[in-house]
Amino acid sequence: MPAVQETVDRVKAIDLDQYKWGFSTEIETEKAPKGLSDEVIRFISAKKGEPGWLLDWRLEALRRWRTMEEPNWARVHHPKIDYDELYYYAAPKRGGGPGSLDEVDPELLKTFEKLGIPLKEQAVLAGVEGARVAVDAVFDSVSVATTFKEELAKAGVIFSSISEAVREHPELVRKYLGSVVPVTDNFFATLNSAVFTDGSFVYVPKGVRCPMELSTYFRINEQNTGQFERTLIIADAGSYVSYLEGCTAPKRDENQLHAAVVELVALDEAEIKYSTVQNWFPGDKEGKGGIYNFVTKRGDCRGRGSKISWTQVETGSAITWKYPSCILRGDNSQGEFYSIAVSNGHQQVDSGTKMLHLGKNTSSRIISKGIAAGRSDNTYRGLVSAHRKASGARNFTNCDSLLIGADCGAHTVPYIESKNASAVFEHEATTSKIAEDQLFYCRQRGLNAEEAVALIVNGFVKDVLQQLPMEFAVEAQKLIAVSLEGSVG
Amino acid sequence: MLEIRNLHAEIDGKPILKGVSLTVKPGEVAAIMGPNGSGKSTLSYVIAGKEDYQLTEGEVLLDGENLLEMEPDERAAKGLFLAFQYPLEIPGVATMTFLKAALNAQRRRRGEGEISPADFIRRVNKAADSLGISKEILRRALNVGFSGGEKKRMEILQMAILEPRMCVLDETDSGLDIDALRIVAQGVNALRARDRAFLVITHYQRLLSHIVPDTVHVMAGGRIVKSGGPELATELEAKGYADFSAQAAE
Repeated sequence: MPAVQETVDRVKAIDLDQYKWGFSTEIETEKAPKGLSDEVIRFISAKKGEPGWLLDWRLEALRRWRTMEEPNWARVHHPKIDYDELYYYAAPKRGGGPGSLDEVDPELLKTFEKLGIPLKEQAVLAGVEGARVAVDAVFDSVSVATTFKEELAKAGVIFSSISEAVREHPELVRKYLGSVVPVTDNFFATLNSAVFTDGSFVYVPKGVRCPMELSTYFRINEQNTGQFERTLIIADAGSYVSYLEGCTAPKRDENQLHAAVVELVALDEAEIKYSTVQNWFPGDKEGKGGIYNFVTKRGDCRGRGSKISWTQVETGSAITWKYPSCILRGDNSQGEFYSIAVSNGHQQVDSGTKMLHLGKNTSSRIISKGIAAGRSDNTYRGLVSAHRKASGARNFTNCDSLLIGADCGAHTVPYIESKNASAVFEHEATTSKIAEDQLFYCRQRGLNAEEAVALIVNGFVKDVLQQLPMEFAVEAQKLIAVSLEGSVG
Repeated sequence: MLEIRNLHAEIDGKPILKGVSLTVKPGEVAAIMGPNGSGKSTLSYVIAGKEDYQLTEGEVLLDGENLLEMEPDERAAKGLFLAFQYPLEIPGVATMTFLKAALNAQRRRRGEGEISPADFIRRVNKAADSLGISKEILRRALNVGFSGGEKKRMEILQMAILEPRMCVLDETDSGLDIDALRIVAQGVNALRARDRAFLVITHYQRLLSHIVPDTVHVMAGGRIVKSGGPELATELEAKGYADFSAQAAE
């Protein structure tokens, strides 16, 4: 049938090489020796001027990691990773750590400018509230700059790279690091605990509503390195913070590993809103190269009435394997997970969430939209569980999949475990396909193939896009459209 | 305005259109009537550019340009509109959003600017009022959960807003009750103009009492077998398609 043949032809012709963040930066980098060893850990720890307790923490993690086996239960396939062939630390020779922007390598500044990341603090746009965003820019293994620190400090908010936080606020870091994702949690978290390099640290004091959006932008540049960032956000009682994470990487032929750990702690009546727009290099049109995004993200709603919401738009990576989760420990705490996961070409996604209801009258909400195109595979994996003491637990889950073309796959793996009779868990799921007829109808009205798919996809993901901070919702929409280019037949 | 010359089309190797030739002049309302299987819907799909068909011979010229060489959205921008027999549902996309996106896509293609939000709302409200379509329906996802009559009226609404020059109505009357039929016909008649033409495809004479055609063509066996004035429709109503089916089988 001609329609199917055209789809097949167009899929073959997908120019995935249009990933426009794929440039790499020529810059002098300092690297640790290749591979994993106590020496490499000591090197990293010394570079960052870390206290003894942290070095010991890392070494213990490495010891433990050597006894662990890589998990393989996810619905993703990849060649074995040779951990000894990676560099675990790569930092630009000039411009790592605090200091003025003048000290930063100009090539680095140009990179972030090209990516559209504002490193120079921008004056408030006249009359537009909330237009400023504080940025922590992380290039390979180091944080290059963090903006608006002084202003945030006036409100009592600490926003810095985690390396700096370890030096300036060790007691805070020590208190909370590893308390949400313990060192023993899983293979990649243990690895991260041993070799984590940089990431963001946020502390919002009691009763403070953080005066601006905080964001971290991660850029992997150097070849053959893994990126192991660690982020820790603490919202003290009654506080609020909204945080956004963005990521890109250059196009390379070999795969690069990104194994991050993000820990969130919300105390009584506190709220953390964590948004991610992930656009790591997805691999070229043959499926070669691309980032392996194996990430552990977890939020602990420790306090009564606390709330943590995760919003993610995942469009990149060759393989995405992550389950941002919430531990609903405090009574009346709330967890939310809003996700749009797009896969095209040869990408593989196994993502979802875990909502663990422990306290009383806790509630969680999951809205997951998976869009699969090309030859990709897109799996939603979710766990909603209620402890036997979790009376009054409520969950609403809605996971929808949209398939574009005939060569992709969408799968849903929901786990529901309730040990308390008063728990109410609702689950709705749909799988649909963009039908040729629908596309023809849109085209007859004047929309070209790409515009038609974008319109239909936008309708599909509307509920989730609404959860993103406004400026990023627009970016995310554009990103989704770009990710689906060439998927139509 | 529209010239169909010796059009041949097949689907999966089976010939459906076997040499259709037909002309529609600006300002003209031409009706095509015929029995099931005569190829009427295929003709409308081929004119609009649906991909399932192999075009083995012939041309379809709109103001001298061959539509068959254009993508469906290009044809739309040139002023072609097909009112579907079975309008599709587009979940999650509000009717207003869809209409605006379509109109602007066409205007951009033609090098006109996008329509201003105020003008757009004015245009939509005017058309919606005359077709008895509520504002509430406009906010809902396009055609999702709409009754048959509502879907057909929505097709006419889209036609009113997109302001096409060549309108093909594919069995617009199917599934409509008397009142809905009258409203739809009113909507179409309101759009009749000197520089616009209509090709109205139908089984039944009933619609043509409301939308009185200038010409009636009879299609059978993939070809136009007879053409005449509006009285031809009444004749068909009385005698049926039997004579023509026999003819086409030869």
